[in-house]
Order: sequence, then C-alpha cells, then structure tokens
Amino acid sequence: MPKITYVESDGNRHEIDVDAGWNLMDGAVKNGVPGIDGDCGGNCACATCHIFVSAEWAEVTGERTEAEQEMLEFAENVQSNSRLACQIEVDDRLDGLVVHLPESQY
Amino acid sequence: MSDVAAPVEVEDVAALPLEELHPAKAKRFANDTLWPVFERLRREAPVHYTPESEVGAYWSISRWDDIMAVDTDHKTFSSEPNITLLPHVDGQADVTVPGLAMFIAMDPPKHDIQRKTVSPAVSPTNLKLLEPLIRERAAKILDSLPIGEPFDWVDLVSKELTAMTLATLFGVPQEYRRLLTHWSDIVTAQPGPGRIVETREEKIQVFQDYHAYFTKLWNERVNAEPTGDLISMLAHSPATRNMSPLEFFGNVILLTVGGNDTTRNTMTGSVYALNKNPDEFAKLKASPELLPSMVSETIRWQTPLAYMKRRATRDVEFGGKTIREGDTVAMWYVSGNRDESVIDRPNDYIIDRERPRQHMSFGFGIHRCVGNRLAELQLQIVWEEALKRFPDIVVVEEPVRVLSSFVKGYESMQVVIPARH
Repeated sequence: MPKITYVESDGNRHEIDVDAGWNLMDGAVKNGVPGIDGDCGGNCACATCHIFVSAEWAEVTGERTEAEQEMLEFAENVQSNSRLACQIEVDDRLDGLVVHLPESQY
Repeated sequence: MSDVAAPVEVEDVAALPLEELHPAKAKRFANDTLWPVFERLRREAPVHYTPESEVGAYWSISRWDDIMAVDTDHKTFSSEPNITLLPHVDGQADVTVPGLAMFIAMDPPKHDIQRKTVSPAVSPTNLKLLEPLIRERAAKILDSLPIGEPFDWVDLVSKELTAMTLATLFGVPQEYRRLLTHWSDIVTAQPGPGRIVETREEKIQVFQDYHAYFTKLWNERVNAEPTGDLISMLAHSPATRNMSPLEFFGNVILLTVGGNDTTRNTMTGSVYALNKNPDEFAKLKASPELLPSMVSETIRWQTPLAYMKRRATRDVEFGGKTIREGDTVAMWYVSGNRDESVIDRPNDYIIDRERPRQHMSFGFGIHRCVGNRLAELQLQIVWEEALKRFPDIVVVEEPVRVLSSFVKGYESMQVVIPARH
C-alpha cells in the first residue's frame, strides 16, 4: 500500500498507508489526520483539502484541473504548488509522497 | 403575523398531481410543513418542473448529487442576474430595484475579482482579531439576559450578537447596528398586510434610506485612508472603487443578508433543535468538546438558506429531463441536506455524527459561502459562553417562523433561562 506522509503546518508528521484508488483527501480524513476538512466529500467543490506538493512530486501528481484551479482561487495562502487533495488519486507511484498542510483550510 | 399563527392547513401532498407541486410555496416554510413535499420530490421527481406559480415557472433539484452537479457547473447554470426566485406580475419577474448587482449573482471573471476584494474581511487573520471581541460581546449579552422569565431569544441574543459583528465588519457605528438587521429583514421580505413591510412602495422607500446611508459611508471612506472595514475595502480596491452605485449597493445587500440573517437563524435554530432533542442537549452539556460538531449539525439541520437559484445558459439534459436555455433552476439545499442516500438518518438531529461537516448549507463550487468560518465562530462562541453560564435554556413556545422559502428562519422564539450556574 502506498505510504503517504502528511505534515501539519506545525511540523507534526502523519505517515499513513493509503489504499491505491483512494484520493489524498480520503487518505487523510478517513485516518483522522487533522488539518484537512474535505467538506464536499471529494467533489472539488469546497477547497477545504488544500495541500502543498513539493516540486519533485509534481510530475506524478499531475496538474490542477480547471475546476480545481477555480476553487483554489478562493483558498487562503495559495502557492504555485497548491493542490486540492481530493483531486489526486493514490497509486503505487505515489509511495513515499510527502505533502504539507496549510495552517488553516480557508 | 396573523397568517403565521393561523391553524396549519392540512394539505395532502401525496395526493397532488406532481405538476401541481410548488415547492417554493412560502407558507409551508412558515408552518414547517415543507418536508413531505421534498421527500416526495426526492423519491418521485428529483428534477421537477413547476409550470406556474407566483414566482413563475421553475425547476426544483432536490437530491444531493444533482444539487452538487448543478452547483459545480457554473457555465451551464449561471448565477446571473440573481439568485432568488422573484415574484411574477403578468408573467414578468418583479424586481424591487432594477439594476442591482452583487457578486453572488455574477459569473467569473467579475465574480472572482469582487469576491476576492471582500474575502480578507473574513480571513483567518481577521477572524483571530475578531474572536475576543465577539466573545466579550457574547458574554455581555448573555450576562444581561433575564432569569426565570420569558424573553425573545431572537431579539436579545441572535440579532444582537450578529448585528454587532456585522456593524464591526462594515465599520458602522454600533448604535446603528439594529438598522442593519432591520434592512436585512426587509430586503428578503414579501410585502403584505401585517408584515414588516406592507406594500411594495414602502419596501422601495426603505431601500432608498438603506442605499442613502451606505452611500454616505462610501463617501466618507473614499476620502479617508484605507481601514480594514468592508466599505473601505470596496471604496479603495482597484477592482471595485469604480463600481456603479447600484453595484456597490447590491454588494452591501449581499453582505448584510449573508452576514447576519443566516448566522442569526442558525443561532436560534440551535436552541430550538437542542430543546426538541433533549438527549442531544444532555450529550452537549456532558461533552462540550462536541460543540464544533454540534455547530455543523445545526447548520445542516437548519439550512438557513433553503435554496439558491440558477439560470440555464443552454439546453441541457439533466436527470432525464430537458432543461431549456433561460430556464430557472432552484437547488434545494434544504432537501439535499435531508437526502437519505448521502446523510444517515437525515431527519434526526445528531450532534456527534461521523461527518458533521458534510452538508450543503454553504453551497458548493465557486459561490460557496465566503463567511462560513465567521458563522461557525459566532455559533461556537455563543454556546461556549452560554454553557458556562446556564444549566438550561428552555423554549417555552413554538417559534414564529419566517414567511419565506428562501430565508429559513425565525421571527421570534420565547425562551426561559431558569437559573445561572
């Protein structure tokens, strides 16, 4: 199972085995990782699963979709590596991925 | 409010032909008999057309997944030119003030620019600054409540606290805060005998006073150094400083209604729901750490805005029906929040649900409520402070509900606080 590390803004790390086929939002919410809300349930419709993906993982995690781009317009503290976790599906290529969480989801 | 207090007319919703169902009938919201209509729609006609009503012809979308699909497709389902069903006279929508514009009723890119201008007012940084002020005010309000005698929770608590917060956000002097509440009520009111405004002319007059007041504020702000308040932000931001007067006023209306009405009604709804569900109230008192979850559950259960309206920009096949270009579409959040295919035991009020934040009350997609965290913060604070002070808050009679299918709220609700801790 791919291992994903979620790092909270205070540096607290959560190493989670996430099922392939899940998305990164589910992986956090269903395993009780604080700092990701996922209010809309993974529909790219609330921007409460904002994460930062470091540059070396950009290729395998892909690019923002159009809808994701629109929702990120209204998120707080958006950076060039900002993504919505619900839009990244987990597969074996993501094993070892480290993502960083913002201070707050709004 | 005579029409609200009248005996509830018994209506056999199950017997009505589907095409005669008119889910936006305001009376059912005032007497809380809306539920069978939406249960039937979700079961039998999730994409439903009402060909004729006092608010014209409109589609009703009642299931969670369908509402999500409409709300997240702003290209097919536009928010322009407005987001509520409008009364129709001689087949035409009757607009109280023609030409009003507000960002909730705009599409990108203009929507995005204007929304971003005001969103810093409710940013995490600003909420942190506001929190102690809201807490101090909540404490003062709660400390001044009568003990052992009935009073109107809507008037003394829900309206007071939310009006104070809104006045701060706007930079309106606190002594005028209840004007904001008053204007907010009138904007969403249908004129009628015995109601808050009786005639259309009276409503227009109030709009003029309201507009004049905010024009004065704009003129003061535009000639002063920028401050952090909403009016100053609008008057100084390059994106909005050249707005037309009606566009400025439209946004003021949006922020007034959005900034107090919804939170106010949920604040009243929380007291009502906990009284209707004493086991849940007991749970909350025993485990105050459930407060954030209770707040979200109340926002779902109350659904303070029952729907949002969209306009189809093209002919579209949706749920087996053909919605035509120009058609009016109501997304019934109040129904999506009770959709049993997504929410477990949706009619029950359960403060420790597994996923309490999963609700539609803030909408989804680019128009999602900009002030949702401020709403949650105010509800959280009022209950933290109330639980510290009072062993109980008892609703002593059924609340008087608002006569509106849009604002799902309370005119008044009598409660008694038997004692202090």
